[in-house]
Amino acid sequence: MSSDSIATFQRRAVDRRATIERTTVSEFDGALADCLKEPAVGVPLAFDDVSLADHPVELDPSPADLDAAATGVTPVGPAVAEYGSVVIPSDERGAEAVSLYPETHVAVLAASDVYPTLSTALAEVSEELAEGLTSVVFATGPSATADMGAPVYGVHGPAKLHVLLLEDR
Amino acid sequence: MSEDRPRSRAETKAQLRDLLDTEGPAVEANVSTFNAGRYRRYAEMESTEAYREAARRIKEEAIERLPELVEELTKQVEANGGTVYLADDAADAREYVRDVATDREAESVVKSKTMTSEEVHLNAALEAEGIEVTETDLAEFVLQLAEEEPSHIVAPAIHKSRAEIADLFSRVFDVEDPLETPEELTQFARERLLERVKDADIGLTGANFLTADTGTLALITNEGNARKCAVTPDTHIAISGVEKILPSVRDLSPFLNLIGPAGAGQDITAYVSLFKPPVATPAIDFDAPDTPGFGDADDREFHLVLLDNGRLSMREDDDLRETLYCVRCGACANSCANFQQVGGHAFGGETYSGGIATGWEAGIRGPGAAADFNDLCTGCSRCVDACPVKIDIPWINTVVRDRLNRGDEPGRFDSLVDGLTPDEEPGGLDPGKRLFGNFGTLAKWGSRTAPVANALADSSVARAALERVAGIDRRRDLPTFDPEPLTEWFATRPDATPEDPVREAVLYPDVYTTYVATDRGKAAVRTLEALGVDVTVPEVGASGRAPLSQGMIATATDRATAVADALCPEIRAGRDVVVVEPSDLALFRREYGKLLESGRAETVADNSYELFEYVFGLLENGADPDALRSPADGDAEIAYHSHCQQRTLGLEDHTVAVLEARGYDVETSDVECCGMAGSFGYKSEYFELSMAVGEGLTSQFTDPKNADRRVVASGISCVEQLDSLLERRATHPVHLVDPLQGAVE
Repeated sequence: MSSDSIATFQRRAVDRRATIERTTVSEFDGALADCLKEPAVGVPLAFDDVSLADHPVELDPSPADLDAAATGVTPVGPAVAEYGSVVIPSDERGAEAVSLYPETHVAVLAASDVYPTLSTALAEVSEELAEGLTSVVFATGPSATADMGAPVYGVHGPAKLHVLLLEDR
Repeated sequence: MSEDRPRSRAETKAQLRDLLDTEGPAVEANVSTFNAGRYRRYAEMESTEAYREAARRIKEEAIERLPELVEELTKQVEANGGTVYLADDAADAREYVRDVATDREAESVVKSKTMTSEEVHLNAALEAEGIEVTETDLAEFVLQLAEEEPSHIVAPAIHKSRAEIADLFSRVFDVEDPLETPEELTQFARERLLERVKDADIGLTGANFLTADTGTLALITNEGNARKCAVTPDTHIAISGVEKILPSVRDLSPFLNLIGPAGAGQDITAYVSLFKPPVATPAIDFDAPDTPGFGDADDREFHLVLLDNGRLSMREDDDLRETLYCVRCGACANSCANFQQVGGHAFGGETYSGGIATGWEAGIRGPGAAADFNDLCTGCSRCVDACPVKIDIPWINTVVRDRLNRGDEPGRFDSLVDGLTPDEEPGGLDPGKRLFGNFGTLAKWGSRTAPVANALADSSVARAALERVAGIDRRRDLPTFDPEPLTEWFATRPDATPEDPVREAVLYPDVYTTYVATDRGKAAVRTLEALGVDVTVPEVGASGRAPLSQGMIATATDRATAVADALCPEIRAGRDVVVVEPSDLALFRREYGKLLESGRAETVADNSYELFEYVFGLLENGADPDALRSPADGDAEIAYHSHCQQRTLGLEDHTVAVLEARGYDVETSDVECCGMAGSFGYKSEYFELSMAVGEGLTSQFTDPKNADRRVVASGISCVEQLDSLLERRATHPVHLVDPLQGAVE
């Protein structure tokens, strides 16, 4: 997508307390290693030439692993530039839980998956749901509440959302 | 809570006084933040109006096609592998969920926030089977511990301060180190709730939207608990009002763009989940913690309970149908001056709260369920502009008030007011409502018999009787009637028609301007004439605003018909209609469309103008501004409060612009409402609430930078409220431009 959309996505996501790191396929391993707090769990990434296999990330976690994990790594996409949201598609390996239980969610996003608006991203998601995908989450920043008298980040969901943006994918 | 009989005035007064002292401050602090956020986001977004129009259109179509959408959704959910149950009423829904839970031998259920489950009293039904039910939304968790009811449909524990929550946790959990910060409280709740989620046999959620195309369930949340509840246990039950079905996933777009801004001024909530259950995400069996991989997604079970409980009948009801467009964002509560002061424990029924609660409670349980709080809607119309689907919430409140009036048993007080109040309403109508609703007739009588009427109104005996019988609070000043009505003054004065007039106009002589505040009518006539307008002031009659605000729709329709009979010929003869009182103009432009046959309603609406809107137009079209008065030395600084409906009609700016053009320095009020709202603040049970609402205005206008400014207001009831709130007197803005120097003000 356009560089405008990517710049908007980055700005809006940061407004919502997500952190964004722009990286490339060749620099991905270093970028992930820098932000990976162990123990970590994950689901396999869906991008060519990028893999979690060489990282200390449990790809077939038990419930105990999930419970203990500090970080969960999943692929995400599409993303919504106007709100800084990423879409987490579910899968049979438990991407929903991996992105939800650990304190930090590391979301790996291809730049080509950044859509300008919610309605354009939703049109894409709508097709995927019609084709068999069973759930998605539009996630914007960390989980949040104001029920205890002031905003608090990190409630039932992650306290940190860190996006690794693959500029060449 | 609803009871068999409506509360008495004394009970209402006592409840409101208690809430103003206890829950009010926390409610106001929280709700005002949401309200300010909505204004900000609505202004920031480029497409707010386009989204609102699209959302409205989609809802209209969806409710029109509802039976067909229910069928399509059912087919889709079943094809996906889930089960759909259409529950006729609350008991039916409870029994179904209970049976699913007992069939699964469930011991515990975790819930995310669902007002629909509150509506059917689901928790109690499950607990009666020995099933442990845990609310995982932090606010609902607080209420469950405190054994209290929600005070707001979106933020249910809004009435509790952080300190109260900390005390509650300490008391219930025997906490060693006292919890203080919001972070500590959140962390404490999170840890306890996580254990409940891990143990749970069933996850129970509501639904913000359902889409028929794919059998998709949309959940809009911030905390992440709904995600956990929906996917961690292998059984997911969702309970939803049947009205939440939209045709397709793509139709969600305007709603998702609006609901965060409308609810709390967020751009979008942290999570928008779209589930097409049963989902492929494996359930997680924390009882087998070391088994690699999670559970088998094939074991998942999904039940969708679609609740009718009166909704399909509401769909057939021309006046309540719009309630079904409600997306439960809370904007009508947040924008409501009365709600801000007392919250949903006063302004709400058994389940729902805020302006739209009248539609829900009356639709689900009958009008009686709204009897105790329906009068808290003053019809100011602020919520209509706040509502993301543009529901005419004041109209729903008016209709239900009318149904309540008609449903009453014949009362004791009929003879006291019947003679003075010729209306179309049933016997048994509350005497206060009848009195206020017939203010036009009373005012005419008051003017004819002034000074007797004025003296009587000042006597303590008469005031005591008025308070006892009609509920008019003794602490209010009553209007002083002018023995010479405006129409008589106009008919007998020397002709002052300008040579070569630029326009011809009828000054609409509303009841107050005709019989009480005649000076502002005279000033308006002189102002228009000075700008070259040929003015007439014919006998027209009361607008119908007074009876409508009491829910007396038949009487209001009679008044509207008479007004249209009088004004339409004038309009056909080429005259514009100029209206001094903003609430009457709002009636012409809005409610007349419901009271009159189309054609006549549009004729009146399209040719009527607020006084300063009209003056602004004349000046824009070349009238000489110097014909109007400009401030005397030291008299230029004013503090201006425009009327609620004037603002929702977008007409505040015209007055400010005209005054500024004449050299006034105008500071405008930034409160939602002065608190008086027509007759509302006169009623003894609402007097204190009315004054509490007015405190915002008092503090702004007594602030040192405004304290010396002359106070100006466009609405007659605003002027009267300001006179109660402030030591200095308020005046209508027309007196500031009235060309007659030394005119009475």
